[in-house]
Amino acid sequence: MNRHLFHITIVLTCVCGLTGADWRQFRGNDTTSVSSDQKVPTTISGTSVAWKLGLPGGGLSGPIAVGDQVFITASSGPDQDRLHVISVDAKTGKKRWERQYWATGRTMCHGTMRNATPTPASDGQRVVAFYSSNDLVCLDLAGNMLWYRGLTHDFPNASNSLGMASSPVIVDDTVIVQVESDAESFAMGIDVKTGTTRWKSTRPLRSNWTSPAVIQTKNGKQVLLQSSAGLAAIDAKTGKVAWEFGDGASTIPSSAVAGDTIYIASNGLTAIRPNDKGDKPEVLWNDNRLAPSNPSPVVVDGRTYTLSRGGILIAGDAKTGEVVWRLRLEGKGRYWSTPVVARGHLYAFHDSGLSHVIKLGDKKGEILSEYDFGETILCSPAIANGALYVRGHKHLWKIADGHD
Amino acid sequence: MKRMLLGIMLLAGIHGGRTDGFAAETGDLIKAIKTVGGKGEGHAAAIKSLKLLQAADASALPEIVKAFDGAGVLAANWLRSAFESVADRAITNKAPFPAKQLEALVKDTTQDARARRLAYEWLLKVDSGLDDRLIPSLLEDPSADFRRDAVARLLSEAETQLAAKKIDEAKATYRTALRGAVHDDQVKQIVAALKKQGETVDLQAHFGFLGQWNLIGPFDNKDKKGFPVVYPPEKEIKPDATYKGQLGDVKWQPLKTDDGYGVIDIGKQLENYKGSLMYAETKVDSPQDQHVQFRLGTANSWKLWVNGKLIFAREEYHRGMRMDQYRLDVDLKQGQNVILLKILQNEQTEDWAQRYQFQLRICDAAGSAALGKN
Repeated sequence: MNRHLFHITIVLTCVCGLTGADWRQFRGNDTTSVSSDQKVPTTISGTSVAWKLGLPGGGLSGPIAVGDQVFITASSGPDQDRLHVISVDAKTGKKRWERQYWATGRTMCHGTMRNATPTPASDGQRVVAFYSSNDLVCLDLAGNMLWYRGLTHDFPNASNSLGMASSPVIVDDTVIVQVESDAESFAMGIDVKTGTTRWKSTRPLRSNWTSPAVIQTKNGKQVLLQSSAGLAAIDAKTGKVAWEFGDGASTIPSSAVAGDTIYIASNGLTAIRPNDKGDKPEVLWNDNRLAPSNPSPVVVDGRTYTLSRGGILIAGDAKTGEVVWRLRLEGKGRYWSTPVVARGHLYAFHDSGLSHVIKLGDKKGEILSEYDFGETILCSPAIANGALYVRGHKHLWKIADGHD
Repeated sequence: MKRMLLGIMLLAGIHGGRTDGFAAETGDLIKAIKTVGGKGEGHAAAIKSLKLLQAADASALPEIVKAFDGAGVLAANWLRSAFESVADRAITNKAPFPAKQLEALVKDTTQDARARRLAYEWLLKVDSGLDDRLIPSLLEDPSADFRRDAVARLLSEAETQLAAKKIDEAKATYRTALRGAVHDDQVKQIVAALKKQGETVDLQAHFGFLGQWNLIGPFDNKDKKGFPVVYPPEKEIKPDATYKGQLGDVKWQPLKTDDGYGVIDIGKQLENYKGSLMYAETKVDSPQDQHVQFRLGTANSWKLWVNGKLIFAREEYHRGMRMDQYRLDVDLKQGQNVILLKILQNEQTEDWAQRYQFQLRICDAAGSAALGKN
């Protein structure tokens, strides 16, 4: 019986993985910002809003979707020291449960940031929420807390007066966090079941807001840690460095991975390919014209997509780094939200709340819809089960055709 | 097998309502949770205990509230989560809820301030009139959250009085609100309203900012190398001493600020010596031994000593400055206490990297001035 159940579980897990039904962390399950979902709407309008939920606090953290739940974090109070983890019923938009905590680390952030800036992560059974104050909490999907860590409590100089933004990733059963500031910097692997430290490694002493990316190699998954120094690939379970790229990199947009190639915001945009020997990775090309601003690049179907400071979406050839086409979206204000891609369409969100859905063509991009959400949007959305989940400063929206 | 039986027995005890052994078992679970420390310490036992405690019925809630006494900041969040899981399930299932016991604990200011607030927020879900009954009496509560709610009510009342042209009553209400106000946004609102009526507020005294200091420097911090260097003021504080500084001999000199928020601006009041560091010294008298918070704001790197003991050191330049940016637990002794601050400026040239300032206040955990200004 147990073996039977085990097989059913394995089959279900595989099916879910193939359909990409969940969106379990910042930039999706594989940190590519690309979804295989084939039902997500290719335009956004008022009629595609399935539901809209008011949030108890602010946040730049994006939503994640696990099964029939959407999880979102928030922070509230005059000092941003009340931390919220919220489960929302994906179908109805009703809150299923909410848990709150008291921040144990420093909560000071730049005016545009909130303590709830990192996007939570899930392994499908648990949710791990992380905050600028370096509070890290793990709950089961029913809202029962499993463990709680305070990483600034443990390492009191690990904070940034502008705020911390790096989102955790979960690889197998290890939570990887990047905690990097001028005063104290480290990366840490934490056992998702117990909250205990598997490894801790020293990182460059420099403020950094990038998030880890994951690359699949012949030897298993590696986690890519980006900083002003460059990029380091580490083993998730041990933290051991497999290889390093030392030519420097941005501290805001994070690296994108497509197949065996990594696209890093370094000298504009640089494509590198690691080898199996652990040597310095091969630099395939770099081009200043493809430099991303704040949002991370997205690479899909042989094209790189970056958003410039002036609000221009730039498509590049992923093999050569040549600019293929440009499309002006919005010049006022800024883009902070990393766009997501599904069904050959890119979803971009301006900080004013204006969204664009762009059909990605070989030779040009075409804006299919513009929709104003009416409030600040600084985070990246989630795509799951035919829907787009969008988080603004005050609300969470579900966008779906037919409102499934 | 024995372990499994123990687990079943514990669960049966908790789910089965009150039994003679229940309190002791809940106490054991809480005890294990309160052993949680930093760096994952105590997790193995705490995780097992939390799972059982989260499955308890609502009769465990008062004991969980009491358990916050002496709990560290990490353990407090573990206890909080247990409380919320139990309370959420009880309210959802419309199960018996110990409202009277919890309300009594909320009123009991000897209980932990965080726990009282937690109980209050969950009681509100079953007792919508609780805020009207309780909040007006909590203006000077140990909980900053309760104070905030009480102040908000008074501000609303004062605005109503102003609208009715009851000016003297409104001024009195604002003054009452000020007694409890610990959050700057509310204080600003009060100060602005009183100013319109021709009244002023001593903000330094209200928040407990230290406005009178003695400074010495500049000492060398070129290439940010001064942070670990032990210059003479770290070894001795002699008011009449002369030392070799970065630009020549340096002596202690008094420097005060009339800024309401106690900002000592070295760059403006003295000079923005690039690649330098200064020492600032002051003394405060405490009527008794007491635990207080030092709240520091600065965009510069710094080290802080109280009575010769290093409290904290931080090497971060120009990532922003805000009131209460750093909160530091300090034990003051009865009588005179000596405060020494090392404040460092780097050599950045950008417009946004020129601040050479600090502000320091002494308050209780709620943010209310502990000593007044020096």
